[in-house]
Amino acid sequence: MAEKKYSKKHEWVELDGDTATIGITKHATEQLGDIVFTEVPDKGKTFEAGGEAAVVESVKAASDVYSPIAGEVTESNEAIVSDPSLVNQDPEGNGWFFKVKVTNPEQVNELMSKDDYDKFVTENA
Amino acid sequence: MSQNAEKITDLKTALYDFHVSVGGKMVPFAGYQMPVQYPEGIMKEHLHVRANAGIFDVSHMGQFSIYGTEEEYLPLEKIVPIDLKSLNNNQSKYTVLMNKDGGIDDDLIVTKIEGGLNIVLNAACKHHDIKRIHEVIDPSKTKLHEDLSLIAIQGPKAVEILNNIIPGVSALTFMNGSKFKFNNEDIYVTRSGYTGEDGFEVSIKNSLAEKFCKTLLDDHNVKLIGLGARDSLRLEAGLCLYGHDLDTKTTPVEASLTWALSKKNKEEGNFLGASIVKDQIKNGALKKRVGIKPEKTIAREGSKVFKGDKEIGVVTSGGFGPSVNGPVAMGYVLKEFSNEGEDLELEVRGKRHAAKIFKMPFYKKSYVK
Repeated sequence: MAEKKYSKKHEWVELDGDTATIGITKHATEQLGDIVFTEVPDKGKTFEAGGEAAVVESVKAASDVYSPIAGEVTESNEAIVSDPSLVNQDPEGNGWFFKVKVTNPEQVNELMSKDDYDKFVTENA
Repeated sequence: MSQNAEKITDLKTALYDFHVSVGGKMVPFAGYQMPVQYPEGIMKEHLHVRANAGIFDVSHMGQFSIYGTEEEYLPLEKIVPIDLKSLNNNQSKYTVLMNKDGGIDDDLIVTKIEGGLNIVLNAACKHHDIKRIHEVIDPSKTKLHEDLSLIAIQGPKAVEILNNIIPGVSALTFMNGSKFKFNNEDIYVTRSGYTGEDGFEVSIKNSLAEKFCKTLLDDHNVKLIGLGARDSLRLEAGLCLYGHDLDTKTTPVEASLTWALSKKNKEEGNFLGASIVKDQIKNGALKKRVGIKPEKTIAREGSKVFKGDKEIGVVTSGGFGPSVNGPVAMGYVLKEFSNEGEDLELEVRGKRHAAKIFKMPFYKKSYVK
């Protein structure tokens, strides 16, 4: 499986063949605090890169989750809907949001590496 | 009022450096830099208050006094419709500051003290409120106490913990206060709060605020609590947040706050906006503030409320209630749809979600009577 790539809106993407798994970063969960509600997209829904895809809510506020890559939803993580705290516990693992069949796998190259993302977070803190 | 909120957002309470030193996440609120949460986060802070005790810095609120004889402060009743003569010394009452249209300029707590009245005003409204009060009370008889901090300690263990430091506070009954000493200095303690829990609010010199908090925090059952948990606690308790659940265009009848006006003042109708209020008491208001319990989805402030195709209201406060372990909201709906158990729908992100009118509080309070 390929290494994770990161967006400026604090999502991560992991590409395996033409399927990408998407979630929010550990840094994002730390900023949000305790996550109490998530909404994930229905199977078959399509997005452009950067399109609104899911919702995550903490006690304080609701935030959109964007799909950093264009594609069609093949699967959503129902586990984070029934237990939203999974996103806090394991944001870049079991707390994934949804999977898409990507339109153009090359798009992933426009995203940041782990090192670049960490640098981006530090610079924008 | 939120619409009159000061543009400056760099005012600091006496505890600012202390909040920062313990990891408080500071955010602008009503012109002040205030802690929205500490490192443990809103959820843990909220649940801690319900189980133990929490300290809140609410020094941004206006601590205001009117000094004088009964004759000198009674004109306040023209804009604050409570029966001041009926208040015993050291007794507090929750009430409202009325405007000429029958709307609410602020909600506030009035306490009768020896030689006058103490009034606690909302931070964003305080300067406007004082102008309004000066229209009926001689300004030379009043004072805004910028030298005082206000610290709330709330939760089921608050009484035991505070009484260890300030012996005697356990004898106070709900909505009553008294002078005490801390560090050989006068403090004023009332048994009151904004969380739905038993607790106290302590008015103390700025120079002693940090020492007082640190003394409380020596007890491991006490934690500092930010504005985030303060908001979820008060929402579960069904208490209003001015600028959200109350505003200048909403009357006490619409806000389900007619109880905050004294019977005598309602009957005599000698306060600003009384004709509108009396008419609504008699004939009913079009809309009413109610609790709304969404089935699953969190509905935030501004979410529209529907009955079938008809838009019947709006959410004015909404979020996740950690003690309820689910979404909670309050808002205004047309009176005919305001009965407990009424099925409604809330519009969130363009979709309708089931909800019901719920009799507040969402979380049962444990005030000591």
